[in-house]
Amino acid sequence: MAGPALTDADLAMLNGEQGEARALAMRLLVGLGRATGALRMIDISNAHIDGTLYLGRASLDYATRLRDQGGRVRVPTTLNVSSLDLLHPELFRGDDGVRTAALATVKAYIDMGGQPTWTCAPYQLPERPSFGDRIAWGESNAIVFANSVIGARTPRFGDFIDIAAALTGRAPEFGLYLDRNRRAGVCFDVSGVVERAGSREQFFAVLGFLVGREAGTDVPAIIGLDSATEDQMKVLGAAAATSGSVGLVHVVGVTPEAPDLDHATGGRRSPRLVVVEREDLDAACRTLSTERSGTLRTVNLGTPHYSENQIARLAELLGNREVHERVALYVNTGRDVLATAPDVDRLQTLGVTFVVDTCTYVTPIIRERRGVAMTDSAKWAYYAPGNLGLDVVFGSTADCVESAVSGKVVRGRTPW
Amino acid sequence: MSLVLDEPLSWWGGIDAETGLVIDRNHPQRGVSTKDRILVLPGGRGSSGGSAVLAESLRLGTGPAGMILRTVDPILVIGAMVAAELYPDRSCPVVVVERGYELLANNSLTRIRSGGVVKQSPATRSPTPVPSRPPRAG
Repeated sequence: MAGPALTDADLAMLNGEQGEARALAMRLLVGLGRATGALRMIDISNAHIDGTLYLGRASLDYATRLRDQGGRVRVPTTLNVSSLDLLHPELFRGDDGVRTAALATVKAYIDMGGQPTWTCAPYQLPERPSFGDRIAWGESNAIVFANSVIGARTPRFGDFIDIAAALTGRAPEFGLYLDRNRRAGVCFDVSGVVERAGSREQFFAVLGFLVGREAGTDVPAIIGLDSATEDQMKVLGAAAATSGSVGLVHVVGVTPEAPDLDHATGGRRSPRLVVVEREDLDAACRTLSTERSGTLRTVNLGTPHYSENQIARLAELLGNREVHERVALYVNTGRDVLATAPDVDRLQTLGVTFVVDTCTYVTPIIRERRGVAMTDSAKWAYYAPGNLGLDVVFGSTADCVESAVSGKVVRGRTPW
Repeated sequence: MSLVLDEPLSWWGGIDAETGLVIDRNHPQRGVSTKDRILVLPGGRGSSGGSAVLAESLRLGTGPAGMILRTVDPILVIGAMVAAELYPDRSCPVVVVERGYELLANNSLTRIRSGGVVKQSPATRSPTPVPSRPPRAG
């Protein structure tokens, strides 16, 4: 199979003229280009590195190989979460070997020129890519946001290949870089359920989960929503990228490329139509909980990292009530958001624990490993039982707050 | 020996690298071991952390012997490529089968030959135990 066409500069990197790190990076990029049938390599203007999370010795071996061989990023590069809360290291309850290896992994990426942002929501940072920019982002929720909300273009980059693109400033032209792969092939009509539920984040989480599961390999479009906030789009995209391999959701009327359905589909063919009913949302919602009773031990918010607005909403829902003594309420967020968000001190005195630089479902932070955990995140609900062994109840943010205060699982009516 | 996965799988959160077992509670093959099997699967899904988990499982020797995909999954391709760079004796060939994917059977002696040609002997559905060291890709 022929690989992508290479420029002289690409060949020079491939042949090691800019060091072994860029040669390894280019081998991976060309290999990916061959596997995906890319015809050429393109420049990328920005990278977001998912490989910062320590997932075992291979994470560290790869990062240190590149760093020790002189790897330096060529484009602005932000870093995703690590396994540690670097500002509050005492929160980590794992063993010292993992702590040391995770720290060494983090250091390798900083040494290569990554910005120590440590967030899965790089789109909440002050500077972010613009419409039409071709970027190389890892972290599935960030990929959906970049494509669907900003209108920047990134395929689904994963660990390892993300830093390869950052070190070379190049990527094979495949997947969502190409117009033809951005056209919607399945259309979800939510007009029958949106009137009651359209303003609630829980609706966006469950809808996203359903869309990701049903879309298969098609790019999904959603019609019937006229507006959505960035937080709602974040929740929707994170859920869709959890249940499926979605990298772009055209929310017609919100996504820059999709002012109408014709633009979303590229006007070429009639997409598969899925009419979303209340029962579909109920069924998808049910699959996100493993447990309905049992002793509540922890409540986890902020997957993806909470924004300032979401922290403000939490403060409003909690009022001046304290978190129940038996429950640990964690809010995962970025260190940049924590530094500027209102109400942080007050929330801490009420018993809220803020976690930055990482997330409570990817690393041992939660004290109690038995019993029930509650969350408002479809992504946290999906992965936590496998990662942590806890039972999970998925609910609205309001349900989570009421449960944290009362010390037992409280669930209101779903908004649809 | 082949192992057919009925649905796409996210390695991150879906596979325990220490054991090679499927741990995704929503996956039909939950609890099944992928160690040393030639996996036949529709594709990948979900989290972008999958490359690192695949590479780690190959490093630990709990990974698959090879993969046959219906649609190309960059995350799995890169995981296998990086493992081959870091740990040269841990190869895991990944091929995409454009025609005939549906014909591939479970629990059958399967070979991935150089050039990506897949050979499978007639399906044996007897409950014979899977050998711990099935033939490696040719």
